[in-house]
Amino acid sequence: MTEKNISDFTSCAGHADINDLSSITGNLEGQNTARRQQFINDAVIRIAGNSQDGIQAVGGFLARLAGRSAQDVMTYMTIPSTISGGPSIFQVRIGSGEVLSAGDEADFLVAFYQHSYKDHIGFLKKGGTLLYDSDHVQPDFTDKGHFYIGVPMTGLTVEALGGTAKDKGKNIFLLGLLAKIFDLSVPKIEKLMEERFGKKDPSVANNALMAFHAGYAYPVGNVIDLYQFEKTEKKPDARPQVTMDGNQALAYGLIAGGVRYGAAYPITPWTSIMEILRAELPKYGGLFVQCEDELASVAMALGYAFAGHTAVTGSSGPGISLKTEAIGWASMAEIPLLIVNVQRGGPSTGLPTHVEQSDLNQAIFGGHGDSPRVVLAPKTVEDCFYIAIEAARIARQYSTPVFILSDASLATRIEAFEEPDLSILMADPRPDFSPRPAGFKPYTLGQITHHAPPGVKITDGQYPLVTGLEHDELGHPTGNPKLHLAMTAKRRDKLRQLANELPLPEIHGPGEGNILLVGWGSTYGPIREAVDKARSGGDSVSSIHLRHVHPLPVGIETIFEGFNHVFVVEMNDEGVYGYGQLAAILRARYCNPKIQSITKTDGLTYKVREILDRTTVHLNSAFAKR
Amino acid sequence: MLADAMAPALPQQEKLTKKKLTADHPTWCPGCGDYSVLSSFYKVLERNNLPHENIVAIAGIGCSSRFPYFVNAHGVHFVHGRAVPFATGVSLSRSDIHVFVFGGDGDGYSIGGNHLDHCARKNVNMLYVIMDNQVYGLTKKQTSPTSPVGYKSKTDPAGAIDRPVNPMKKLIANGATFVARTCASNPAHMIDMMERGMKHNGFAVVEVLSECVQFYSNAFDAANPRRGGVFKLIEEKTHDGTSEDENRHDVTDEQAAYKLADQPFPGVFGVFFKVDRPTKNQLEQKWIDSLRAKNDPSDLDILRKTFDRLK
Ligand SMILES: Cc1ncc(C[n+]2csc(CCOP(=O)(O)OP(=O)(O)O)c2C)c(N)n1
Ligand code: SF4
Ligand SMILES: [Mg+2]
Repeated sequence: MTEKNISDFTSCAGHADINDLSSITGNLEGQNTARRQQFINDAVIRIAGNSQDGIQAVGGFLARLAGRSAQDVMTYMTIPSTISGGPSIFQVRIGSGEVLSAGDEADFLVAFYQHSYKDHIGFLKKGGTLLYDSDHVQPDFTDKGHFYIGVPMTGLTVEALGGTAKDKGKNIFLLGLLAKIFDLSVPKIEKLMEERFGKKDPSVANNALMAFHAGYAYPVGNVIDLYQFEKTEKKPDARPQVTMDGNQALAYGLIAGGVRYGAAYPITPWTSIMEILRAELPKYGGLFVQCEDELASVAMALGYAFAGHTAVTGSSGPGISLKTEAIGWASMAEIPLLIVNVQRGGPSTGLPTHVEQSDLNQAIFGGHGDSPRVVLAPKTVEDCFYIAIEAARIARQYSTPVFILSDASLATRIEAFEEPDLSILMADPRPDFSPRPAGFKPYTLGQITHHAPPGVKITDGQYPLVTGLEHDELGHPTGNPKLHLAMTAKRRDKLRQLANELPLPEIHGPGEGNILLVGWGSTYGPIREAVDKARSGGDSVSSIHLRHVHPLPVGIETIFEGFNHVFVVEMNDEGVYGYGQLAAILRARYCNPKIQSITKTDGLTYKVREILDRTTVHLNSAFAKR
Repeated sequence: MLADAMAPALPQQEKLTKKKLTADHPTWCPGCGDYSVLSSFYKVLERNNLPHENIVAIAGIGCSSRFPYFVNAHGVHFVHGRAVPFATGVSLSRSDIHVFVFGGDGDGYSIGGNHLDHCARKNVNMLYVIMDNQVYGLTKKQTSPTSPVGYKSKTDPAGAIDRPVNPMKKLIANGATFVARTCASNPAHMIDMMERGMKHNGFAVVEVLSECVQFYSNAFDAANPRRGGVFKLIEEKTHDGTSEDENRHDVTDEQAAYKLADQPFPGVFGVFFKVDRPTKNQLEQKWIDSLRAKNDPSDLDILRKTFDRLK
């Protein structure tokens, strides 16, 4: 939240008499002191309840609505790894400007239960508002730092819906309350609810509407100020916004990139990508198969790829480990393949529903032998879409395995972004079946080669082989030392050539200064926000974000030259030698002692404050060493 | 399958000959049973004159899995045990291709055992020829999943102690729709089994007893009349209404097939089981067709509409 927003929010909280609790927490009927409407441009709302309360649905509605209203939005949620029950949160940050992170603290906390209140009140900022279900929550009013609004959400929902529904629908009641508080467009919400529930039994849609209007009608405006988001100026040529999570964006990016075939085995948080592709690809004449395990799925994906298609397999942590042998085969046989790793905390089963960036080394180096592959990492939900298209193009162009390293936070958070211009982005999925001339070789030295898929006639009748054994130019096995040397170089040189073609990352902030923060993957937002914050406080900080993690674009070292300190920020362990995974690679690559490492492994996304604090600590110790 | 994902059909080719199908000289030991499997395979291709460019030979790792190098056709030498899922990818995405998989007992029943089970139940269209020598040949004489109890290998110097897999029972139980057994010492029978397997629409497996002269010589003498054995054929029901026919084997009878599979070594040879069940290829195609019918013909429009729903 920018300074302006903060003051906006605190000022509105200040209007109410926090000490006069009875008027706020009691029954509001009969009070009609109309409050002022405040304009805000950014709000962080955290909804805390249990996983079966449907708070994800409310969060989803809010996010979609923000997207449709040309606002920026970012969400954050936790789902317990147990199947039902258990505490769960959904956080949504809506802003009229650029929203870069889910927010370090909440302006608004909704608590359904006492445990929700207890666990999350610390996240509510000073002067923030607690909206709680007074049927379940008894806040500690002696804590004067917040603004309390109790609404008997459970009781009122039961009252509104009557009988059998019990408190099911209290999430939608809450949506009504929030719609009132934030002056959200009722017709737009009704439309969203109709889209969501319309297909089901009409009584479901009806109940949802009743619950919503019960919430909306509640006279909450009598006790607190109501807010309105500042209108965003729509760029005249702006396309409408689409709202989705990172896994959706990645799946649709794959489709746009020409992927029509895939295979995988379910694992959190990768699974929703395969669910989408299973349902979507047949519409395009393609197919996604759920396999017996990850070994089969990578093999099947390679079968599609050999057959001429751009194919994908994917998984999270443990499943990627199982695919490793066959990925090495793809390097050796020079077959294009996309491998998606939606990273979670590891090793082993680790933290299935938490975020970590600890599979970078595995993506780049995982496997036996020298097995070059490309590794890309999307920085935002929107980028999940674009990077998938790029990964597919690189895989085809260089006939190589390409990793897309997403993570649990990108997978589950929802963002709104400008609808991509599909008319120029859609790749042609058709394989090249033209006959190959006499003397066709699948592995000509010194070239980037492409195998001939089956069905392709070789005019001289000499058919090629693709193989995992070291081979000659025709694909025939050989133990010839010169050939192993030359073929190893052939496979590696493809990546060198790619490195030459990759763009240098943009520098956020001036190209010269004291500190350069370097990030990759989902830390983009908080790092960028940290830079903005530090700069507004007068510090000389810039950042770059690496989307192409392997090979690294040529020329990054020149960017480092402009700064006194380079801090690589990542969500993994500092390891035995004190450097996170990317930091260690950059140090090895550039031999630059300026490169330092900021890491963490708490399974949570970076807060802006954490990055700033850690940078300061590093700087101080750097000075102390001098 | 993708509407355009099929190579255009080419004009009728000149007859496929053994010469056209021969590639590298096989690297097998002289006398290895796999030679005979190879020449039988050439025969099947010649007889059926399959379009040369549409033939694919896929294998995992092992002596027998070297097969694709010796066939002049599109070929794949994949990793140990996973040729079957690889071949599934080819089969499901390319209905114009004839998919052949070759491998050994270790490749198929041990490291690839799980894939065999699942490909069988999914009934993916391909022919899988397993050259069972009851030993690990390439890695030089370790116990294989089909080695008989008592077989002395380098990993069981006192004789194998684990009960071997019964390939026929495993395949039938898992849902393979064509299950046959033959022996490399009987080329005519082998050709017949492979040809029928190839023509079968579904997952067809031909288990070939193929002697490893190097590490398990004379293992299959009991099935070789030239070496004093008996090659006992399965007589299949012809449904001719005669009284002899009543005692013949009904290839669609699963229980009867298990009984045949339980006969002591060297057992019987022929088709144990054959049923027509929709293939995964057909079932997936049906689901693809139904979705294609409900959606725009243009990929661009389908994705655009999806994005419209996300606005
Ligand atoms: C993952 C893996 N594990 C082990 C091996 C070593 N290996 C190669 S072939 C083989 C056994 C082959 O036996 P079989 O499939 O019966 O083939 P045969 O050589 O007998 O024809 C083994 C263990 C390997 N190549 N890859
Ligand atoms: S080791 Fe055995 S299986 Fe391998 S080639 Fe020699 S005889 Fe054949
Ligand atoms: Mg063997």
